[in-house]
Amino acid sequence: MSVGTEIMQACIVAISAVFTQNILLAYFLGLCPFIGVSREIKAAFGLGLAVIFVLTCTVLLNWIAYHYVLVPLHLEFFRFILFIIIIAAFVQFVEMVIERYSPFLYQQLGVFLPLITVNCAILGAALFMVIRDYSFIVTIGWGLGSGTGWFLAIMAMAGIRQRLAHDRIPRGLQGPGVTLIIAGLMSLAFIGFAGVLQGQ
Amino acid sequence: MIVSTLIAVLVVSSIGAALAALLALSESYIANYGECRITINDERELTVQGGKDLLSMLTAEKIFIPSACGGRATCGLCKLKVLEGAGPILPTEEPYLDEKERASNVRLSCQVKVKGDLRISIPQELFAIREYRARCTRIVDLTHDIKLFRLELAEPGTMDYVPGQYVQLLAPKYEKNSEEVYRAYSIASDPAQRDVIELIIRLVPGGICTTYCFEYLKEGDEVRMNGPYGEFHLSDTDAPMVFIAGGSGMAPIRCILHHMKNTNSRRKAVYFFGANEVREMFMMDEMHRFESELPDFRFVPVIAKSDASEAWDGETGLVTDAVQRGLQNASEYEAYLCGSPGMIDASIKVLLDLGVKDTGIFYDKFA
Repeated sequence: MSVGTEIMQACIVAISAVFTQNILLAYFLGLCPFIGVSREIKAAFGLGLAVIFVLTCTVLLNWIAYHYVLVPLHLEFFRFILFIIIIAAFVQFVEMVIERYSPFLYQQLGVFLPLITVNCAILGAALFMVIRDYSFIVTIGWGLGSGTGWFLAIMAMAGIRQRLAHDRIPRGLQGPGVTLIIAGLMSLAFIGFAGVLQGQ
Repeated sequence: MIVSTLIAVLVVSSIGAALAALLALSESYIANYGECRITINDERELTVQGGKDLLSMLTAEKIFIPSACGGRATCGLCKLKVLEGAGPILPTEEPYLDEKERASNVRLSCQVKVKGDLRISIPQELFAIREYRARCTRIVDLTHDIKLFRLELAEPGTMDYVPGQYVQLLAPKYEKNSEEVYRAYSIASDPAQRDVIELIIRLVPGGICTTYCFEYLKEGDEVRMNGPYGEFHLSDTDAPMVFIAGGSGMAPIRCILHHMKNTNSRRKAVYFFGANEVREMFMMDEMHRFESELPDFRFVPVIAKSDASEAWDGETGLVTDAVQRGLQNASEYEAYLCGSPGMIDASIKVLLDLGVKDTGIFYDKFA
C-alpha cells in the first residue's frame, strides 16, 4: 500500500471508530469511568481529553513494542502483560511531567490520569490494533478515532445527566441505574450510523 | 520448552524492569523540586527539600497540624492559610472548602505539594502542640470492647490542655500495619494531674490504632503522641448544660466533669449516657460520685434494650427519648455531644425540637 492509501485508510478507520464502531457504545469498553465521571460536563471534558491523549500515545507505543519486540521474539502471547505495563508506566510518566511543567494541565487533567491507567478502553484499543493487524499510520487514525469516540460518548452522557440532575427519577433507578439505561439508548442511536461506513 | 519459557519470562521482566528504572530515574530529575523555603507567619523560615506535601513537611519540622485521616483528604482538618505559592485549588480539596475559605486562601495542607517557595500562616495556638513520649502504666477493661489507657508523660513531663481537647496517638508499625499512623482520641483524665493522660478507647474491628492498643500495647510500653487539639470545650457562660455521650464518647465529658469539680463550678449539668445493654455500662460509681461532689449534677444512664435477666432500674429506650422526657426548660440549656455521627445528628434534631438554640449546641464527632 502506498502512503496515500494508508492515510486514506487511517481516516476511514478514525471516522468509523468515532461513529459506527465507537469503543464505548459498540464494545462497552471503559464503562467504569464513563459512569463514574459523567455527572458534570466539566469533569467529563477533562477526562475525555486525557483519554484521547493517553489512548493515542499508548496505542502507538504498544504498536512499536508489539512489532519490534514481541513479534521478532515470537512472544505475541505476552502482549496483555506488556501492554498493561507500558500503559501504566506511560501514565505515571505523563503525570510527573505535567505536574512539574504545566500546573494548568495538571489542574485540568492531573486527577484523571491515575483513573485512566485502569481504563479498559485503553487496553482494548491496543488489543484491537493487534487483532485487526493495523499498520503504524492506520494505528494513528485508530487511536485518535477511538479516543475521540470515547470523548464524544462521555460528553453526550454528561450533558444528558446534567439536565437529568433536577428531574424526578424513581429511587431504584437513580445514579448508575438510569445511566446504564441511557447508555443503552445512546448505543442504539449510534447503531443508526452503521450503514454509513464499513471500515475496520 | 523450559528454555523458551525462561527466555520469555526474562524478556518481559527486563522490559518491566527497564521501564521501572526509567520512571525512577525521571522521578529523581523531574519530580526533584530542589530546596524550597516555607515562610511561616512572616517570622519563621524553614528550608526543606521540595516534592512532598506540606502537612508531612511541617510534621517533620515538629509543627503539628491537626489531621485525623493521615493525609488522605477525607477529614478536612488540616486546613491552613497558604498565602503564596500553592497554585490553584485541586479537585480533591474542593468538597472541604467553602467560599469564604477559598477567598482567604485556606487550603488542605495534606494536598498542597511543596514545589516552590511558600508563604503560609499558622494560628498561634497550633504552636502549643508538641510531641510527647509517655509510658503506658495501666490498662483497665471497662466493657468487652472498651478499655482505659493511663499514660504517664515522660518527655515533656506535663501537658497544658483545655478539657474537651484530644491528642493524636501514634500507632507504630506492627505485623498488620506497615506504616506509622496517628489517630485522634479525647483526653479523659483529671486536668489537675498534668503529667497523666488517660484515654478511653473502643476497639474498632480492623482499626489500625485500636488494634494496636488492644492487642499489642502492654503496661510498661512507651507510646508517642502529639497534641492537644480541638475546639470542643465548655463555654464561658453560666447556662445549664446537658451532656449526651455514649461509649467512649464519655472521655471528654469525664475530663470536663473533673474540671468542674476542680474549679468549684456551680453550673447546673445533666449527663445522659446511652448504651445498648447493661454490660456496656462503665464508670457508673465514678459518675454517681460526681453527683455528690458537684453542687448540681445529675447522671442519667439509659439502656436501649432492657433484659429481664439483668437488674436494671434506670431509664430504658433510646437516649434521645430519655432526653426528650428528662429535659425541662430546654431552651435555656447548652448541649455538649460526643460520640458517633449518627447519634450526634439524631440528638441535634431532638434538641432543636425541644427549643435548644443551634448556637448552644457543641459537639465532637468520632468519625
